[in-house]
Amino acid sequence: MQRKYLFFSFFTLIGLVFLARLFYIQIINEEYKLSAISNVVRVDKIYPGRGLIYDRNGKLLVGNQSAYDLMIVPRQVKLTDTLGFCELIGIPIEEYKERIIKAKSYSYLKPSIFIKQISKERFAYIQEKLHLYPGFYPQKRILRSYQNRAGSNVIGFIGEAGVSFIKDNPSYSQGDLIGKTGIEKSYEDILKGKTGQIYNLVDVHNRTQGSYENGAYDTLPQPGKHVTATIDINLQALGEELMRNKRGSIVAIEPSSGEILSLVTSPNYDANLMVGSERTVNYSKLYLDSINKPLFDRGLLAEYPPGSPFKVINALIGLQEGVTKENTTYTCHHGFHYGRLHVACHCGTSSPIALRLAISKSCNNYFCQVFKSIIEKYPTAQEGMDVWSNHVKSFNMGRFLNNDLPTGRKGLVPNADYYDKAFGYTGWRAVSAISLGIGQGELLLTPIQMANMTAAIANHGYYYTPHIVKAIDNKPIDDPNFVERKYTTIDSVHFPVVINGMFDVFETGTARGSRHDTIKMCGKTGTAENPHGQDHSIFVAFAPKENPKIAVAIIVENGYWGSRWAAPIASLLIEQYLTGEINRPAMKDRMLAGDLSDEYEKQLLSIYKKPIKLSDAEK
Amino acid sequence: MRRSNSIIYNIDWLTVVLFLLMVLMGWANIYAAVYDEEHANIFDLSQRYGKQLMWIGTSIAIIAVILILDGSIYQTLAIPIYIATMLALLLVLFAGKEIAGARSWFVIGGFSIQPSEFAKFATALALASFLSKKERNLRGLRDKIIGFIIIIIPAALIIPQPDPGSALVYSSLLLVMYREGLSGAYIFIGLSLAVLFLMSLLIPLLSLQIALALLAILIIVATRRSKGFWIKVVGMWILSAVLVNTVDYAFNNILEDRHRNRINILLGKAHDPKGIGYNTAQSMIAIGSGGVAGKGYLNGTQTKFDFVPEQSTDFIFCTVGEEWGFTGSAVLIILFMLLFFRLVQLAERQKSTFARAYGYAVVSILFFHFTINIAMTIGLAPVIGIPLPFFSYGGSSLWGFTLLLFIFLKLDSFRWETL
Repeated sequence: MQRKYLFFSFFTLIGLVFLARLFYIQIINEEYKLSAISNVVRVDKIYPGRGLIYDRNGKLLVGNQSAYDLMIVPRQVKLTDTLGFCELIGIPIEEYKERIIKAKSYSYLKPSIFIKQISKERFAYIQEKLHLYPGFYPQKRILRSYQNRAGSNVIGFIGEAGVSFIKDNPSYSQGDLIGKTGIEKSYEDILKGKTGQIYNLVDVHNRTQGSYENGAYDTLPQPGKHVTATIDINLQALGEELMRNKRGSIVAIEPSSGEILSLVTSPNYDANLMVGSERTVNYSKLYLDSINKPLFDRGLLAEYPPGSPFKVINALIGLQEGVTKENTTYTCHHGFHYGRLHVACHCGTSSPIALRLAISKSCNNYFCQVFKSIIEKYPTAQEGMDVWSNHVKSFNMGRFLNNDLPTGRKGLVPNADYYDKAFGYTGWRAVSAISLGIGQGELLLTPIQMANMTAAIANHGYYYTPHIVKAIDNKPIDDPNFVERKYTTIDSVHFPVVINGMFDVFETGTARGSRHDTIKMCGKTGTAENPHGQDHSIFVAFAPKENPKIAVAIIVENGYWGSRWAAPIASLLIEQYLTGEINRPAMKDRMLAGDLSDEYEKQLLSIYKKPIKLSDAEK
Repeated sequence: MRRSNSIIYNIDWLTVVLFLLMVLMGWANIYAAVYDEEHANIFDLSQRYGKQLMWIGTSIAIIAVILILDGSIYQTLAIPIYIATMLALLLVLFAGKEIAGARSWFVIGGFSIQPSEFAKFATALALASFLSKKERNLRGLRDKIIGFIIIIIPAALIIPQPDPGSALVYSSLLLVMYREGLSGAYIFIGLSLAVLFLMSLLIPLLSLQIALALLAILIIVATRRSKGFWIKVVGMWILSAVLVNTVDYAFNNILEDRHRNRINILLGKAHDPKGIGYNTAQSMIAIGSGGVAGKGYLNGTQTKFDFVPEQSTDFIFCTVGEEWGFTGSAVLIILFMLLFFRLVQLAERQKSTFARAYGYAVVSILFFHFTINIAMTIGLAPVIGIPLPFFSYGGSSLWGFTLLLFIFLKLDSFRWETL
């Protein structure tokens, strides 16, 4: 064979190999086409304005403000005047170097955040000179702006979505802001709106080169919906003011709707600390403050023995079970005595007293007797205890509220099973759990449960699940969980006598010092023993007596006794809510001046074995 | 028979047309590769397409000079041209300007000239001139070695620039020696070496050694030839065994990481599209995304947005693949095939050994460039930076290829005048 034919064959072979390979990668294999699109298309997000939050009277609680992230593209940075740049943006040169290293380690070509959330005012100054420093550019962010200092715990705050959250919610990505607590969290889906997407063509350096397919796939952002909270911000602010230098919480509910009128926790924090470039520092300060626990929403999370207000529930169960009548009398001999068991009482009566008076005087003996007769109505203490427990639970105590607040606790309402385990035998009797008769013992309730209990009494036997939002985009909510009545196991006929007793509490009873001249209030004081220090000052109340508009539960931790702090605060709040003003300035001033720091510092001393000033706690 | 002496009548127009087609297609693709709307003027000398237009113009001037000059000077001047070029290659190592880490360019008045591009035609001339002497016998040891030396000198001078890709091109001249009588065994040995080399990288050393031993035994048992054959087989086996061991050692101990990585990517041993295999991955994405008919002229996103590196020089084929699709790629391959076939035909019709050997040198060099360049862009060869003839951007390379081709066309045009 001539050698030239070998050349021809060799050329042909190579040509065919190339054609086959090209046929494969260009026509058969689709992978390269997909890779090509992912190379050049970058999806940019446009953040929508987050929905606004209003109070029940239409006052703006949370608005939006713009801030700027200073972005850096390390590749484009050509700083000749590093010092000048550091002065401009206000960071020391060491920090500048650290941040540059951090940005470079993320990506040399891709933009990353150099400095977060610079306020609009500060940014205006920076922007004038920013063009001198290539490689830096601003990116607008929408931040929250809080109109009031009050209600931070209710509204909640937003923060960057964490890695695990993004994993579970793929529609979010790194850098997205989400609600972390409060309404911001529970109404995240409504407030967030819909993020817009722009498909941009980018070159190899990630520089935008135009839009992909003329924007055929682009979507516009849809702003979040506005939310109207059930909170009355004036009431909330007054509550926070009155609770200053005291620990505890206030929960106020509108009985006819279950709307939460105020949800105060003390100590609280200022939501404005959660915005802007100092957010991280502020957040960890608050988070690490184990002494004041400002991020702990006591109204929803703290569980207390309810004390005397719970006597009202025992009275209602006694009436419903038929073991107590309006005119059933017991005589108090400075307490309840059974064998070696003594429950002391300071009601001050010595003749037989009926139910109404027992409530207004808060007689321990009376309600121990009532509790005992409820349990003993049944053949065994177990059966009696379960009947009692189910009545209590029908007031939504001992279980979760399942409402639109992102957090909560069950509290504890014991049943027969509980005591079988606790005592280790089944032969226990009513008197073994007699403290339940006066709201002590194993029983634990959260303030919001106490407030709901009060609302149910005010309503003569039903309640609406307490909730925090009343309308979305001005359209009232229609969730059946919030708009349908929930009946307790107590018939409405049994309520008047109990309510009369609670009315007498203000008129002649334990809270007569907090009586208001024109508003007919009903309430019940409580003084709950606790192992940590002074008794808690507790008070529940609703008003007016006919057609009630507000029900409140107040706990002032270690506030000695119910009528000392909780009752006057409740009375002032009711006055403010019903009349729009306070005509008892002396009472208000006394409450404002009240400072329990000494008591709390005493407790800290016994825990930490060294003196700690509350005012120093955040350091 | 009377023939016109005019070059117009005697030049091979088919090749000229193929040349012009390729150069113009090349220019159009360079324009697309660097195109942006701000610099749309094709004469803009600040842009590569503007410069390439100038290179094309000067190339045509070079062609004119070649065609006008007496064609017999090349055989006469072959050796002096070769020596001068080799001196230039030597000089550039010391006086050249370092661009992108390689000392391959002389910079004269703002233009860079790459002597290694001119060394190709010089070496081709020298080899053809050597082979054309009557008493040459490539079966003899002396002439074989002189032939090898002519080829090896430029390669050896180019490697330290460093530009191993351009140096490798000279191995293609073995094909010329084969055509002029060199035993096919050398081509066989060359190819065997390449295969063994690849095998030693792909297959674990021990397995390969066992396989080679088994193969040797099999050949001996199966053929049962003379004792002499038996010894030859054993000898080749020992040589192969030593070679694979050496390659294995060199690969793991002498090569630098970046070379090792490139080879590993090619062999499919490492997959890392964002890292070291980036060029190949992006090049294949660009070509692969072209589909049947391509994205349309100036609409290639991968090339326009710089995802493909070196897209106007070594990776110019990506632009063709992306914007013109399989159709355009196939046209390009077929054009090259036509050119190669035609050049072999032309070479074979030469009466003088000089012209024929030179013709084979031309086709071998072009073919080598074409094969390695296209294979690299479609992931069949490692990234060896050599241009695609007539397509890639670059003055020196276009001038070099033009000289190479048109000296041959000139020789062809007066082939009947020599005996």
